[in-house]
Amino acid sequence: MEALEGPLLTIITASTPLLLAALGELVAERSGVLNLGIEGMMAVGAVCGFAAGYVTGEPIAGVLAAIAAGMAMAAIFAVVTLVFVANQVASGLALTLFGLGLSALIGDAFVGVPGLGVTNIHIPVLSDIPLVGPVIFGLDPLTYLAIALAIGVSWLLFRTRAGLTLRAVGDNHVSAHALGYGVVRVRFIAVLFGGACAGLAGGYLSLVYTPQWTPNMTAGRGWIALALVVFAAWLPARLVIGALLFGAVSYLALYLQGRGVGIASQFLSMLPYLTTIIVLVLISRNQTLLRVNTPACLGQPFVPDR
Amino acid sequence: MAVLSPVIAIALTVFTGFFIFLAVGVDPFEALYVYFVEPLTQWWTVQELLVKAVPIILIAIGLSLCYRSNTWNIGAEGQLVAGAIAGSVFPVLVPEWNGPLVLPVMLLMGIAGGMLYAAIPALLKTRFGTNEILTSLMLVYVAQLFVDWLARGPWRNPEGHNFPDSRPFDGWQVLPVIVGDDVRINAIFVLIAVVVAWFVLKRTLTGFQISVLGQAPRAAAFAGFSQKRMVLLTFLISGGLAGLAGICEVAGPIGMLRTTVSPGYGFTAIIVAFLGRLNPVGILFAGLLLALSYMGGEGVQIALNISDQITRVFQGLLLFFVLTCDTFIFYRLRFVPARSAPRAAGEVSHGSA
Repeated sequence: MEALEGPLLTIITASTPLLLAALGELVAERSGVLNLGIEGMMAVGAVCGFAAGYVTGEPIAGVLAAIAAGMAMAAIFAVVTLVFVANQVASGLALTLFGLGLSALIGDAFVGVPGLGVTNIHIPVLSDIPLVGPVIFGLDPLTYLAIALAIGVSWLLFRTRAGLTLRAVGDNHVSAHALGYGVVRVRFIAVLFGGACAGLAGGYLSLVYTPQWTPNMTAGRGWIALALVVFAAWLPARLVIGALLFGAVSYLALYLQGRGVGIASQFLSMLPYLTTIIVLVLISRNQTLLRVNTPACLGQPFVPDR
Repeated sequence: MAVLSPVIAIALTVFTGFFIFLAVGVDPFEALYVYFVEPLTQWWTVQELLVKAVPIILIAIGLSLCYRSNTWNIGAEGQLVAGAIAGSVFPVLVPEWNGPLVLPVMLLMGIAGGMLYAAIPALLKTRFGTNEILTSLMLVYVAQLFVDWLARGPWRNPEGHNFPDSRPFDGWQVLPVIVGDDVRINAIFVLIAVVVAWFVLKRTLTGFQISVLGQAPRAAAFAGFSQKRMVLLTFLISGGLAGLAGICEVAGPIGMLRTTVSPGYGFTAIIVAFLGRLNPVGILFAGLLLALSYMGGEGVQIALNISDQITRVFQGLLLFFVLTCDTFIFYRLRFVPARSAPRAAGEVSHGSA
């Protein structure tokens, strides 16, 4: 029992940032916007969260700063792609390059500075149950937030009128516009939500996962989150499973490295990226699932009066 | 407007740069001078500029064919590394072979390595419909980790005092210098690539198919142009050129295989392709400008003690501005009274331009 506790906790904490970032992207993509800039938004969220936490000494300030930074980055993307109808793929790449550079520039002063950890929740009695206690009742607050967010997004998308509007905008922006829905406004909000989630995911990395700042600490997680959205076929419930799967792969890499098996560390570090490719190939063979759920207008620019 | 928009984008980037330098706390005029002008004032820095521009332009030419046909290869950085590894096989494993034939073989192996590596996302796309953006990008991380392992492990120079490098290439294994002290023969490859790409795009059926597939996929389908064939073709071309750029780095300015082969040329090339408006001649100029941004980044780091990461900030900003300015080629900004179109005021509306 005790032996399982550590691995499970590692897997869950490794999957939380992926789940957060992917949830935001899922909402943005359901509205028809493909934002490839998650990696950049996460990096800026991570550094701003770390900096705010360090300066104020308050973890909550760090979390809020991370969210705000992610939203600010997303706002740039939204203006460029929605107002100026620029190519979404290229703009997303620009956001990633810009974000990685900006985060390294801001973070220059914070390299090697000890960070501010967020402590895990401790509920008397419940958290003390062996195995179940720490794994279910003793996690960090942001992980609970991520789970709540997954349920909330699922409910919003499929059980509310707002969610229906959002999906309508993503599936057929011309019809949605003709019905009087503000396509650009809905998409703007969805992109901002995506930015907030990506920023929070970055903040999770620099405040909870490894409480420190190092350049490029996102290490491709933003891209893996993008792949997760495809893997999940744009369904939040599947996203939770996918994120845990990737958490397990990261744990496996760490575990094998720690055990000193005869595989070079570089090959173990490749595991998450190779898994991403394999998972994408496997899911793309299930074309019916993808065809039903892929937002039909994903990545297509919308100009109101045409 | 097609020529004007990149110029406006550059001007906006410099203008924003002024405020970024101000925010970082240095004299913006001095910083801008160090960043954009100083690298052009001395002969050796100009040579250095050309050395950096060569791989960027070479890769961007290939990528522009991809992007024109609406195919998204963003893993050129990985294909560059794959080319560097494949091209280094003979000089590292058979160092005794040092004759006139070795360099051409190295270059061909480099091209083949880049092509094969690019074929993975292309085949996954054509065979299974897997998103090529994500797979090509994931392969960048894989290639970087692999070369790191090679240079630290099996290919490390036994006489290299434990530095994570391969043995240094010498004699026929190195690209000959043609101008000054640093500009090597791969500068000529760039000129050839520009001319060939221009010819293919303007004068051949394949070039026409690339453009039609990108701009009007339905029309292309009616004409019987094969989307799959074009995905494969553009990926192979761009991968081959990235591989060539990779082997030219290790057989040129670096002179050995290292854990890090490129400072992100494969990603910079994406910006160059767009800044050059996916046009070979435009890419030539755009590549020189982005090479200048690398020089400027190093310059401000040395002279003003600012992180050279500012280069990536500028590069990202530039791409934003280029994409935004492109809008004004296709659309005309029109301010309309609030009554007739409630939210359209200030938005971009479709014009007759």
